Amino acid sequence: MVGYLAKKFVFMFVSLFLLVTTTFALMNAVPGSPLQSEKAPSAAVQKNLEAYYGLDKPITTQYFMYLKKLAHFDLGVSMKKRFVSVNKMISQSFKYSLRLGLVSIVTSVLAGCALGIIAALYHRKFLDNLAMILAVIGLAIPSMVLGPLLQYLLSVKISLLPVTGLKEPLDYILPTLTLSSVSIAFIARLIRSTLIEVLSSDFIKTAKAKGLSGHIIVWKHAMRNSILPVITYLGFLAANVITGSIIIEQIFAIPGMGKFFVSCITDRDYPLIMGTTVFYAVLLIASRFIADIIYALVDPRMRTSVGRGGK
Amino acid sequence: MSQEMNVNVTPGAGSNPFEKIGRDQNGGERIVRKSLTAWQNIRRNLYENKLSMVGLYFIIAIALMAIFAPWVTGLITGYNYFANELANANQPPSWAHWFGTDDLGRDMWVRTWKGAQISLFVGIAAALIDLVIGIVYGGIMGYFGGKVDETMNRIAEILYAIPYLLVVILLMVVMPQSLTTIIVAMSITGWINMAWIVRGEIMRLKNQEYALASKALGAGSMRIIFRHLIPNAMGPILVTLTLTIPGAMFTEAFLSFLGMGVKSPVASWGTMIDNGRQAMTTYPWRIMFPALFLAVSMFALNVFGDGLRDAFDPKMKK
Repeated sequence: MVGYLAKKFVFMFVSLFLLVTTTFALMNAVPGSPLQSEKAPSAAVQKNLEAYYGLDKPITTQYFMYLKKLAHFDLGVSMKKRFVSVNKMISQSFKYSLRLGLVSIVTSVLAGCALGIIAALYHRKFLDNLAMILAVIGLAIPSMVLGPLLQYLLSVKISLLPVTGLKEPLDYILPTLTLSSVSIAFIARLIRSTLIEVLSSDFIKTAKAKGLSGHIIVWKHAMRNSILPVITYLGFLAANVITGSIIIEQIFAIPGMGKFFVSCITDRDYPLIMGTTVFYAVLLIASRFIADIIYALVDPRMRTSVGRGGK
Repeated sequence: MSQEMNVNVTPGAGSNPFEKIGRDQNGGERIVRKSLTAWQNIRRNLYENKLSMVGLYFIIAIALMAIFAPWVTGLITGYNYFANELANANQPPSWAHWFGTDDLGRDMWVRTWKGAQISLFVGIAAALIDLVIGIVYGGIMGYFGGKVDETMNRIAEILYAIPYLLVVILLMVVMPQSLTTIIVAMSITGWINMAWIVRGEIMRLKNQEYALASKALGAGSMRIIFRHLIPNAMGPILVTLTLTIPGAMFTEAFLSFLGMGVKSPVASWGTMIDNGRQAMTTYPWRIMFPALFLAVSMFALNVFGDGLRDAFDPKMKK
C-alpha cells in the first residue's frame, strides 16, 4: 500500500509541476502586461515596477525565482492591486469558500448515504422510487438553474430564508443545497446500487442466518462494502464542490475565491492568475490523493493486492 | 386425439390407446421464441424502459427545434437572435413573442432555440472529439499492453489530475473567448475517461478467438483493433458518449454563466440565465425558458444514457 501511495504521490507532484510550468509559459507567451496598460507612468516608475515584479530579469531566472517562491508557499504580489500579496487575497476570500465547501461535502455524504440506504432497503417499493426520482432530478438540474429557483421560491416569494450572504447559520441552507444537489444524488445512486448488490450476497445471508439484527447487518456488514465507491467519489466530490462554488458564490453573493476566477483573467493580473491556478490545482489534486489514502485505509484488500503494482 | 399428441406418438404405436407414450426427445430443444441479435435485444430492452424513451423523445424534439425553430421563425416573423429592438424590451410572453423579450427587446423564443443549438453543438462536438482520441489512445493502450500501456497510462493519469477548469483559465488567457476555446479546453482532459473505458474493453476482448484468428490470418494490429475489437466494444463506448454530452453542455452553460463562454449577442443558455437572473423577480420569463430547457435537456440526456447503460448490461435483465 505504501508503494502504491508513494507512486500516487509522485504523480501528484509531476502533475502539479507540469501545470505550474505550463501556466508560467503561457503567462509569459501572452504579449502585454497590466503594468503597461495603466495610464502611462513615467519611465522611471515603469522601470521600478518591472524591477519590483522581477520582470527585468531573463525568463529562465524568473521561472526559477517563481519555483523557489512557490516552494516557500509564496504566490507573489498582485499586479492589479499593487503591493497586495496574492497569498493575502486568497486567504481573505478562501475562508468563505472553505466553510461552504466543508459544510457541503458533509451534507452530500450524509444526505446521499441516507437516501441511498433508504432506497436500497425499500428496493422496488415506493420510497425507493421516490428517492431515485429525486436523485435523477438532482443530477439533471444544473446549479445555475437550481440556485435562482430556490432563491426565488424560498427567499423572494415567502421570505423563509435569506437571499444572499454567508454570515448566519441560516444563510448556509440555500447555497449548501444548491452546491450539494448533484453530489447527494450521485452518492445516493452509488450507495443504492452497491448496497442492493451486497445485500443479496452470501455473507449477508450468513449474517442473517446467524440471527443478527437488520441494523447490525446494514451498518457493520453491508455498509463497509458499499461505502467504497463513495470514497472513490470523494476526490471528485471535492473537485465538484470547489468548481461549483464559483457559481454558487456568484448567485448568493458570497465573497469567496470564485470572484478571482473571472476577474483575474479580465484584469490580466498574471500573478493572481497563476496564484489562483496553482492554489486550485493543489486543492483538487491533494483532495484526490486524500481520497486514495482513505480508500486504502478502509479497504483491506488494497493493502495487499495493489502494493504489488497492480492497478 | 389432438394434433400434438399425434406428433409425440412413438413409432410403432398401434391402435392400443393405453400404450405408453415416450418422452418427446426433441421438444426441449425446440426454439419457440424468435431469436434476437444482440442489437435487437438491446433495442428491446431500451424500448421497455419508459423513462429513457421519454428522454429520447425530448432529445429529438429539442434537437429538431434547435435546428429549425430559429430559421423558420426568422422566415415568418423576421425575428433573429441578435437584433436589438429597445422599444419592445422586457415584454411578457404574448402572441407576438411566445417567450417574451429580453432587456434589449430580442425575441426569447428565437434566442432560446439558438441557445439549444449552441448547447447541443458543444455537447456533441466535445463528445465526438473525446470519442476519436479516446478510441485511438485507449485502443492502442489496451491492445499492446506492457510497456506501451504503462507509459501511456502514466501520461493519461498525469493529465487527468489537471482540472479542466484550470485548463480553461489558461486557455482563456492565450485564446479568444469563443466556442472553440471551450471545446478545446474540455477536450484536453475529457478524452481520458473514454480512453480508459476503451482500454478496459480492448484488454478484455483481445484474447478472444476471433481476434486470435484474425491475427493468425496475418491481419495487422491496427486492423484487429479497429475492425474487430472496437466494434465489439461499442456498448460501453456508446454509453460513455451519451453521458459525456450533458456534462459538456453543463460546462458550456457554466462558463457562459460566469461570462467566460460565448459572448453576447450569441445566445447561450448560460448567458441568458445569468442575464435573466438579475431581473428574476420583475421579468421571470427571461430566466424561466432557458433554465427550463437546459434542465429538461440535461435530464433527458441523463435518463437516456442511464437507460442505454441498463440496456447494454446483461446483469440488468431480470
